[in-house]
Amino acid sequence: MIVVPIQHVLVFSLALFLVGVVGVLTRRNGIIVLMSIELMLNAANLNFIAFSRLLSDLAGQVFSIFVIVTAAGEVAVGLAIIISLFRNSESINVDEITLLKG
Amino acid sequence: MTLGYAGIFFYVLASLAVVSSVMVITRKSAVHAAMFLVFTFFCMAGIYITLSAEFIAAVQVLVYAGGIVVLFLFVIMLVPLEGRITRLPVGRGAAAILLAALLAVAVLTFYGRLAGTDVSMSVQADRAMGNIEAVGTELYTRYLLPFEVASVLLLVAMVGAVVLARKQL
Repeated sequence: MIVVPIQHVLVFSLALFLVGVVGVLTRRNGIIVLMSIELMLNAANLNFIAFSRLLSDLAGQVFSIFVIVTAAGEVAVGLAIIISLFRNSESINVDEITLLKG
Repeated sequence: MTLGYAGIFFYVLASLAVVSSVMVITRKSAVHAAMFLVFTFFCMAGIYITLSAEFIAAVQVLVYAGGIVVLFLFVIMLVPLEGRITRLPVGRGAAAILLAALLAVAVLTFYGRLAGTDVSMSVQADRAMGNIEAVGTELYTRYLLPFEVASVLLLVAMVGAVVLARKQL
């Protein structure tokens, strides 16, 4: 039974990725920026799984597990950095953080 | 092209996920954004089921909806930002949307070239082994070294998070 063309899945994941891109570029709250990055990683996962289904190859699913592992580590470290920033500068707006500016 | 109810399920979930992901980046309150993020992750898990990746769907619910969003909510609770104006500079939003549109055009041009191959996928399961069993076999045989390296990565991330969030850095 032929159901969903792969292009529709790819266009959907592109839409999700672009929402993530716009979120990263426009929001100033560091927590929302991290959420947008999660959206982008999810879009990548969807592509992996769609092609895994299309090609009947489980490598895509295994790689999406590795993406989830990396996302979990990234969000833990990112939120720890946000807590540390808030403790030091009372702000988590990403354009006010200029600690490394010479 | 027969759509089948799994196909309808896919289109409904996909549109819900796009709408709620837009809500994630447009809500003013970070708590609301986190709630819409949970909803997006549940929709994605449903889509993974229609793509016959049941194990990934379960991991998605456990790790993202259960773990990562709870972490987000904890940090939102620890970092009080209520009443603080985070207004976006005019022009920056327009520039970001323009950039996203350019990226969309570039990728869609590539997809258009792909369209001639007429690939379709079936949502129905047609395999002898269960999905979890098959993924587990792959993980513990062919991808054993990356699997172990991923566990080391998680350990490093955990130590890093603890060190970064300590009182005196």
